[in-house]
Order: sequence, then structure tokens, then C-alpha cells
Amino acid sequence: MGEAIAFYSLAALILVFAVLVVSARSAVHSVLFLVANFLCVAVLYVLLHAEFLAVIQVLVYAGGILVLYLFVVMLVNLKRAPEEASDPRRRDRFGLLLSGAILAELAAIVLYSFAAPWSHTAGAAAVPGPGNVETVGRALYVDYVIPFEVASILLLVAMVGAIVLAKRDL
Amino acid sequence: MTITPGHYMALAAALFAIGLIGVMVRRNIIIVFMSIELMLNAVNINLVAFSQMYGHVTGQVFALFVVALAAAEAAVGLGIILAFYRNKETVNIDEMSIMRW
Amino acid sequence: MIDSVLIPLFKIVILLVGVLTAVAYMVLLERKVQAWVQVRLGPMRVGPHGVLQPIADVVKLIIKEDITPARADRWVYTLAPILVLVPALIVFAVIPIGESITMFGREVPLYLTDINVGLLYIVSVSSVGVYGIILGGWASNSKYPLLGALRASAQLVSYEVAVTMTLVSLILMAGTLSMVGIVEAQREAGLWYIFVQPVAFVIFLIGGLAETNRAPFDMPEAESELVAGFHTEYSGIRFALFFLAEYANMIVVSAVATTLFLGGWLRPFPNVAVLAPLGLVPGWAWFLLKTFLFLYFFLQVRATLPRYRYDQLMRLGWKVLIPLAIANLFVTGAARVLL
Repeated sequence: MGEAIAFYSLAALILVFAVLVVSARSAVHSVLFLVANFLCVAVLYVLLHAEFLAVIQVLVYAGGILVLYLFVVMLVNLKRAPEEASDPRRRDRFGLLLSGAILAELAAIVLYSFAAPWSHTAGAAAVPGPGNVETVGRALYVDYVIPFEVASILLLVAMVGAIVLAKRDL
Repeated sequence: MTITPGHYMALAAALFAIGLIGVMVRRNIIIVFMSIELMLNAVNINLVAFSQMYGHVTGQVFALFVVALAAAEAAVGLGIILAFYRNKETVNIDEMSIMRW
Repeated sequence: MIDSVLIPLFKIVILLVGVLTAVAYMVLLERKVQAWVQVRLGPMRVGPHGVLQPIADVVKLIIKEDITPARADRWVYTLAPILVLVPALIVFAVIPIGESITMFGREVPLYLTDINVGLLYIVSVSSVGVYGIILGGWASNSKYPLLGALRASAQLVSYEVAVTMTLVSLILMAGTLSMVGIVEAQREAGLWYIFVQPVAFVIFLIGGLAETNRAPFDMPEAESELVAGFHTEYSGIRFALFFLAEYANMIVVSAVATTLFLGGWLRPFPNVAVLAPLGLVPGWAWFLLKTFLFLYFFLQVRATLPRYRYDQLMRLGWKVLIPLAIANLFVTGAARVLL
């Protein structure tokens, strides 16, 4: 019961903030709503017994990536509203329709899968082991050490690329 | 009344669709980027929900990789936005079509 | 019911009241310490030797006019001080003040909660505090606040990397992320981690000064350059919230440094039997004493050192502290594997 209340209120908050991110006029407000959204998602992870991921979500997403967004929003100080000019060949309505269709499709899939009973229920099989941090760390550094190294190389490449792009003269 | 992984999938699907609408409709490229972050988060919710369902941490590990990927994407993407803004004084995605004519 | 709701609620109230009172008296202490260093008397009028000065300050700040600039973004302008203060306060949830004590026939641990990601929780929550500063500067719609906010956020983000790196080498030593677990590990090792990780301690201390925007790194609010930095336009109760947050952050850094490096509630040299009489002093008293020492250090530094220039600050952060922290982490890891 408690889990249901927590889930439904969090889900409502997540969706409301997501809609606000997409619909806000000012980009700064958009970033703020996105921060709120990510914090709610972090709480959802706690509900799913993924404490480590929840903390990483707050640390990396809310505390790192979105600060970068906020910086760029403030650096890009526009003389005219960014949404003013519109390409005549742009098909806004079509895009909206397309995403609506995908939403309908996803909803249909979810409804269909609800018809069959779930063989596992969430929370029935909690992640075993001494603690969430230890199990995630073991999986990350033992089972998935190659993907981990690839991800670190990706980050290095991205870092170099970002500096090359953003610096005026090297 | 139990919360099944299906509930989490429904939430993730809705979040994904909202992000998709943002990508399709908004013309400010920074907000388009933020909509992509929303979609990545929807994927993460799914991964964590399945990791919980199977009692295995693989889903969480891949969610961590998605977070690293999002960081890389944000750094490079925002670098491109800044470089573009310096040249054309705009962040409107419709005016960024100099690569296609 | 009593264990799950009433006792935590009671602890939260005590913690918040304690922290806020400590903040009020930190302001008085700061003025007194600066006065002593400069051979002045400091506040003397309100109460004997000015001990009631904080009350007068609080009353003044509350009844002052609360101005919102005409072109400010109203919602964000109000939200910003709250966004700074709340992370500074909720960090205290995982800081262990002492061991369990028995009160009214009940075992009561002297911390709100002990989660297995405690240290990461502190780092991540305090990284959210940056938003309040950036948004406060931006929403004021004024030049100096914006400059101050950009400086502050660049400084916080840079020094966060170095501090987090040192924490990783500490986690390697302790083998746990739980704050209580780290203190227990120091008891088992019989040694405070300041003796094992002196480099990490120095980096943490410098980073802590920068993270709290204290002198000599108080660039974001340098009076002589930026008027007052990101909170130039703030007045009255909203200014008070920024002020509270700064001092609450100082207490957070001191308490975390105490827990990580000075053994939290442990007495000095917990493995030396000769010093056993020191154990008669309760653990929470040791904790408060050590935290106070750090706070005094903060004040003394402010009275002693001149302000860094902005480019010097960035160079120190990126070219000295971060490489040093990485080297320290590497050496710690190698030592853990080889020994």
C-alpha cells in the first residue's frame, strides 16, 4: 500500500515536471523543471532498491550535466526569442502526430502486457548481496570491465571534442 | 494492490513519449537536448525496473552506462551549440540547416 | 510508532534548532575572532560582551523590507535562497554525532539515519546547492550578481572534483560508504585517518574552504570587486537564508572532516590504553569539540589570508589539487593492493 502511494505520487510528479520541461517558455525554467524531474526519478530508484544509482543520478545528472545546461543557457543570451523564426518546410503538426502515434503504440503494448499476469512482482526478488553499492561495484568492475573501459574512453573522447569545439583558438 | 514492473514500464513509456514530443515540436535546440535527456531517463527507469524484477544488478550497471553516455552527449552537444551560436547568433534548430540546402 | 515516527521527529527538531543556533552564534564568534585579531573589541552593546547580538541580528533581518527588483524573475528569485539552504540542512541527516546512548530505558543512536551510501549522499546533495547560487544571480537581472554567480558556480564545480577524488581514497581505506562505518573502521584501525591520509586531509581542507566560498576563496562575493556577489540584490529574510546557508555549509564541512579524518566521536588515540580516562568524556562531546576546532580554523584563516585572484584560484584547483588528488588515490590503491 505504501509502495503504491509512493509510486503513484512520484509518477504524477515525474510526468507533470516532464510536461513542464517541454512546454516552458523560458529555457531557464525548463532546466529547473528538469532538475525537479530528475530528483523525483532518483527517489523512484530508491523505491526500486537502487540506492547507488539514485545517488549517481543526483550527483551526475542534477549536479553535473544540468549545471552545464544552465551555463549554456546563460551564455547564449539571445537578442530575439529562439522560437521566433520557423522553417516553412518544417512539419510541426506531423511531428506531433507521429509522437502521438508512438505514445498510442506504447500504451497499447503496456495495456496488452497487463492482460497477462506478471510472473515476477517488483520487490519480490530484491537484489541479493551485502549491499547495493558492493553488488553494483562487483558487477561493474568484474563482469562488465570491458564496457566500463569503453565508456571511459568515450568520456575522454567527448571531453577532448567538447574542448576543441568550444575553445575559440587552441 | 501491488506495483508490478508493468507500472514502471507504463511510466517510462509516457515519459519517453513526452520527451519525443519535445524533440519534435520545440525549436530551441537546448530544450530539444533536454527532451533527449528525458527520453534517456525513461530508458533508465525501465532498466532499473527490470533489474529489480530479475533480482540482478545488470540493469543498474547499464543504467550507469547510460548516465555516462548522457554526460558525453551533453558535453559534445553543448560544445556544438556554443560554436554554432558564436557563428550565427541563434539556437533555433530551423536555422541550423546550413549542412543541407 | 514511537521508534519510527516520534523519535526521528524529535531528533530532527533538535538537530535543526541546534544547527540554526550554532549558525547564529558562529556569526558572533566570527566578529569576535576578527576583532581579537585586529585588536578591537567587536560587538559589545547587546548583552554582556555582546552575547545577545545574534538575537538582535535575527530580529533586524526579519523585520527589514524584503525587496524584489522590478525586472527580476519573481519565482526563481524566491526559490533560489531556499534551494541553497535546504541541501545544506538535509546533509545533517547522515552525520553521526555520537554512539547510541540510553535514554529513558531506550537505546537511541545519535544520528538520524545510517544509509549505505552515506558519503555519496552528502556529496550529491551538496552538489545540488550550486543551483541556488546560479539562479539567485541570474534571477536578480543585474550585472554584479550574474558575474558573482558564474564565478561561484565555476569555483564550486571545479573544487568538487578534487574533493570527491580525496573522498574516494578515503573510501578505499574504510571499505564502506556509511558514515558510521567509516568511524567504526577508524576505531578498528586504531588510528584516525588524518595520520594515514595527510595529503587527502589537506586537499579536503582547501577544497572545503573553496566549496563554502570562504576566504581566501571568497571570490563569488568579493566586496571590493562585485559589491556582494550573487546576493547583491537580496535583502531581509531572503538574504538571511543565503547567509544561514553559508554558515550551515561551514558546519557541514567541519562535521564531515571530523567524521572522516578525526575519527568522529572517538577519543584521541583510541587504541592507546594509557589514555583510557579520556573515554570518560562522552563521544558527542569529542565530536562537537573537533567540529568547533575546524570552525575556528575557518575563522582564523579568514582573518589571516588575503583573497586569491580568480585565475590563481582556477589554476590551484585544476593544476595542483586535482592531479595531487589523483596521485593520492593511485598511491592509496597501490598500497591497499600490495600491503
